[in-house]
Amino acid sequence: MQSAQQNGSSTLKLILAWGFVGIPLLWGVLQTLSNAMKLFQ
Amino acid sequence: MGLLSFLDREHTVAGPGYNRWLVPPAALCVHLCIGQAYAYSVFNLPMTKLIGITQSAPDDWKLTELGWIFSIAIFFLGVSSAIFGRWVEEGGPRKAMFAAALCWAGGFFISAIGVQVHNLWLIYLGYGVLGGIALGIGYISPVSTLIKWFPDRPGMATGMAIMGFGGGAFIASPLSVWLMSKFSSPTHIGVMETFVVLGVVYLFFMMVGSALVRVPAPGWKPEGFVPPRENKLITKNDVYVYDALKTPQFWLIWWVLCLNVTAGIGVLGQASAMSQEMFPGHITPVAAAGFVGLMSLFNMGGRFVWASTSDYIGRRNTYFVFMVLGFILYCTVPYTGSIGSVVGFVCCFLVIISMYGGGFSTVPAYLKDMFGTRYVGAIHGLLLTAWSMAGIFGPVLVNYIREYNVTHGVPKAQAYNTTMYIMAGLLVIGFICNLLVKAVDARFHMKDNETERAAADVAAVGKPAGA
Repeated sequence: MQSAQQNGSSTLKLILAWGFVGIPLLWGVLQTLSNAMKLFQ
Repeated sequence: MGLLSFLDREHTVAGPGYNRWLVPPAALCVHLCIGQAYAYSVFNLPMTKLIGITQSAPDDWKLTELGWIFSIAIFFLGVSSAIFGRWVEEGGPRKAMFAAALCWAGGFFISAIGVQVHNLWLIYLGYGVLGGIALGIGYISPVSTLIKWFPDRPGMATGMAIMGFGGGAFIASPLSVWLMSKFSSPTHIGVMETFVVLGVVYLFFMMVGSALVRVPAPGWKPEGFVPPRENKLITKNDVYVYDALKTPQFWLIWWVLCLNVTAGIGVLGQASAMSQEMFPGHITPVAAAGFVGLMSLFNMGGRFVWASTSDYIGRRNTYFVFMVLGFILYCTVPYTGSIGSVVGFVCCFLVIISMYGGGFSTVPAYLKDMFGTRYVGAIHGLLLTAWSMAGIFGPVLVNYIREYNVTHGVPKAQAYNTTMYIMAGLLVIGFICNLLVKAVDARFHMKDNETERAAADVAAVGKPAGA
C-alpha cells in the first residue's frame, strides 16, 4: 500500500517536473517552427 | 553557514526510491534559463533607441558598443567554467545551481539599473561579467551529476541538459519581444522592466532546479545495470582535474571541440546573409529568417540526438562521423550554390548545424570515458575555453574571407566558397586529432581514489563528506 502511494507521488513529481520545463520549451519550439515555415512560403 | 547548509553536497544525496528521471528536468531548469544568452541580440536594436525612442539619438548607445555585452559574457563563461570547475564538482550541483541563479538574476537586475540610469558600464558588469560567470557555472553544474545518475546512458543524459541551452533562446526570444511590447509606450522603451521580469522569472526557475537536483548515494547503480565490456577508450579510473591538463588526450579533445565548433559557429552567425547572397532572388530576407529558425531547431535537436547516438556507437566514432560527414557537406555547399539548389543548400547546413550542437553535447561523455566521473565537470569546464577560442575564429574566418573575396572581384554568390573549403580543411585536422586519442596513461590515474576524494572534499567543503 505504502509502496503504491510512493510510486504514485513519484509519478506525479515526474509529471510536474517535466511539465515545468517541457511546456515552456514546447511553446518556444512551436513559435520558432512557425517562423521557420516562412522559408517554404 | 548553517542557514545555507541545505546547499551542501551531503544534503543533496538522494534517498531510497528517488527517481533519477527527476534530475534531467532539474538540469533543464538551469540550462533553459542560461540559454537566453543566444537570444540576447533581441535587445540590441531597442537599446540603441532608449533616448531617441523612434530613432537613435546622438547620446544613444551604438550597436558596436552593445555588441561587447555578449562578447564579455561569453569570455566570462569560459573563464568562470575553468576557474570554478573544481569548486562546482566538489561543492555539489545544488550549491553551483544556486550560485548560478543568483549571478544570472543579479546580472539582469544590475543591467536593469544600467538601462534606467543609461550607464553602459553597469550592463557590461551586470549581464557581461556577472551573467557570464552564471553561464560558466550553470553550464557545467549538472553535467557530472547526470553522468553519475545515468552510467548506462551518459551521452543521452548530458545531451538532454545541453539541448536545453540550445532551446533557451526559443523561449527567451519571443518572451522578451512580448514583454518589451507590453512595457513600451510612445515615450518609453520597456527594456528595463523586461530585464527585471526576466531576472525574477529566471531566479524562480533556477531555484526550482536547485531544489530538485540530487546526487546519487555512493556506490549507487541503476537497477539491472551491467557495466560496459572491457573497452580501452572507457576508463574505470579517475584523473584529477589538473592532471588531465598534462595529458595529450585533453588537448586533442580540446582541438576536436574547437575545430568542430569553429566550423559551425561561423556559419550560424552568417546563415541569413550567406543564404541570401548565395541564392539572390530565391531566398528573401523573410525566408532567410525562417532558415535561421530552422537551423536553431536542428542545433537543439542535434544536441540530444547525436549525444544519445554516441551511447551506442562510441564517442570517438561519433566525432569521426562529425568530421567525415562535415567534410563532405562543406565541400558540397559550393556545388549546391553553382547549380542553384536551395534544397540541397538548406539540407547541408541543417545537418552541419546539428553536428555543431552534437559536438557540444557529446563532449562531456567523451571526457568521462577518458578521465572518469570524479572530476568530469571540472575538466569539462576547462575544455570550454575551446568554445571561447572558436567563438573568435569562426566568425572571423567567415567574415574576413568573404570580405577579401568580394573586394577582389569575386561575385557575392561565390564569395563563401573558399570559406567552405577552409572549414572542410579544419575538419580534416579535427579528424586527425580525434584519431590520435588513445586511452589515458595509467600514471595519470588517481592512485587512492577514496583518500584523495575525502581530502579534496574536506578542502572544498570544510568537513568530511557524509559527515
